[in-house]
Amino acid sequence: MFPAPIHTKGAWTVMSYRVAVIIALGLWLIPLMAIALTSVRSLEDINKGNLWGWPSKFLLIENYSAVFTTTPMATFLLNSILITVPTVIGSIALAAMAGFALAKYKFRGNVLLFAMFIAGNFIPFQILMIPVRDLTISLGMYDTIWGLIAFHVAFQSGFCTLFMRNFIKALPDALIEAARMEGVSEINIFFRIILPLVRPALAALSVLIFTFVWNDYFWALVLAQTDAARPVTAGLQSLKGMWVSSWQLISAGSIVAALLPVSIFFLMQRHFIAGLTLGATKE
Amino acid sequence: MSSSLSLPRAPQRRSLWRRHEKTLAPLLFLTPALLAFCLFVVWPILSSVWISFHEWDGLSPKVFIGLDNYRELFSDDKFYVALSNNIKWLVLYLLAPVGGLMLALFLNQQLRGMRLVKALFFFPFVISQVVVGVIFSWFYDPNFGLLNVVLNAVGLPGIAPLGDEHMVTYAIIVAGLWPQIAYCMILYLTGLNNVNPELVEAARMDGCKGFPLFWNIILPQLRPATFIAVVVTVIGALRSFDLVAIMTNGGPYDSSTVLGYFMYEQAIFAYRMGYGAAIATVLFLIMDVYIAFFLVSMLRKEAE
Repeated sequence: MFPAPIHTKGAWTVMSYRVAVIIALGLWLIPLMAIALTSVRSLEDINKGNLWGWPSKFLLIENYSAVFTTTPMATFLLNSILITVPTVIGSIALAAMAGFALAKYKFRGNVLLFAMFIAGNFIPFQILMIPVRDLTISLGMYDTIWGLIAFHVAFQSGFCTLFMRNFIKALPDALIEAARMEGVSEINIFFRIILPLVRPALAALSVLIFTFVWNDYFWALVLAQTDAARPVTAGLQSLKGMWVSSWQLISAGSIVAALLPVSIFFLMQRHFIAGLTLGATKE
Repeated sequence: MSSSLSLPRAPQRRSLWRRHEKTLAPLLFLTPALLAFCLFVVWPILSSVWISFHEWDGLSPKVFIGLDNYRELFSDDKFYVALSNNIKWLVLYLLAPVGGLMLALFLNQQLRGMRLVKALFFFPFVISQVVVGVIFSWFYDPNFGLLNVVLNAVGLPGIAPLGDEHMVTYAIIVAGLWPQIAYCMILYLTGLNNVNPELVEAARMDGCKGFPLFWNIILPQLRPATFIAVVVTVIGALRSFDLVAIMTNGGPYDSSTVLGYFMYEQAIFAYRMGYGAAIATVLFLIMDVYIAFFLVSMLRKEAE
């Protein structure tokens, strides 16, 4: 193990290491702690410039309910959920099938298609912006959650296909050969044999795609125009313009926007990291 | 078994499917993803390139003007501001793999509670860039921000990083580095977890330790993590948009604009779709170099 395990070096070293870790963590998370503290402050505190000291009173319930009662934050949150959940299901469903086809069948153009799905992940969004916007307009999906769902499903299916293909590729071919000998149809090989085996990959992808799509800002700006379709990222930005220097509300709104992906991350940490670090270990 | 004999339904179609099952099945599995990807990714790329040869406000008919958009672009000062800012992003963003590696080395211990500590360090990557942008806008705020509280406390005059043309891009990049370092840290922690312990022990037996051990034994084994960390960091730097849009809208006086934001602004606010498409095409061509590099190394690994 590298660096050498610290607990072999005596209690004093362990103690100073722990203190160093806590100090580093404190510094690293200052911005988050500050925003959490501000979200429970009063406006007087902010106007008096008491932004970093102890709040004169705690307005936890007042500030957070103000976010929901005086702004469309509830609508934004609901939109985010309505956009993100179908996207996760849709893109992973498409990618599981495509990944299986690319991993376990030999045909002309296989590598080329795989390369296309990989490359698609890394392109700048701006090269898609104008045509995708026009496309959603002509499909009648502009400024609705459907436009965002359709685009995100299509775009995320690139990353998901890359992920699924590599995961399925690592499954033994003998499994499929044996099933074929038994007369299991190709369709059933996918549903009965492959799908149950790729559950860890599906879990990792769900958490990742959920976070990516929830946090998307660019497409929320480009494909939604009114509060009825805006997800929470674009909504927060529009509220920031409205609230100007009511930092206690902006902070509370930010925390509301971050809450769901953060809780999902802490609940599904293992899957999230497994997904993110795919490829970081194998040469 | 007997049911298939007693139910002679469409024997011919069934056998057609049966005979070609191994060819048709992959086609069937691929088609939905392929259609979606072509409609929303492949075709729009081609369409954008085509639009870039036109003068178009998004409503009236397109007028073909050949390379005029590109000629204008290459003599537009704002393009060079955006391009040089993208280069600043690219160079400074490479501090993220370095910082992430140092953080990972610091945190790679198996004491009680370290799992939670690592998760908390990773935290900034999980939250939206919109929230990161809001937090840092406020951090830099000349009236309310912590930055000036700290500067004043040590006797330095206050500054307004987001209002200063020379500081603004660097200030935004610092905000971007926060989640990016967290991302690279996770990649390296996973990498360190997979370092071959026997190799490390053997080197230690030979009296190798400290920096030489790290440099000669550990770092080479972290190559896959480094590769991914550098790729995602370079792509992230060239794709930068969110933080610029949230923190400054490209200002003051367009000094913090990047190609991604410049394009958005021209297309959405100035209704210059053709010009916007030309900017997007240039950005796309720049990124293609990195994408090609990534593809080649990835497919080469495949072939081995």
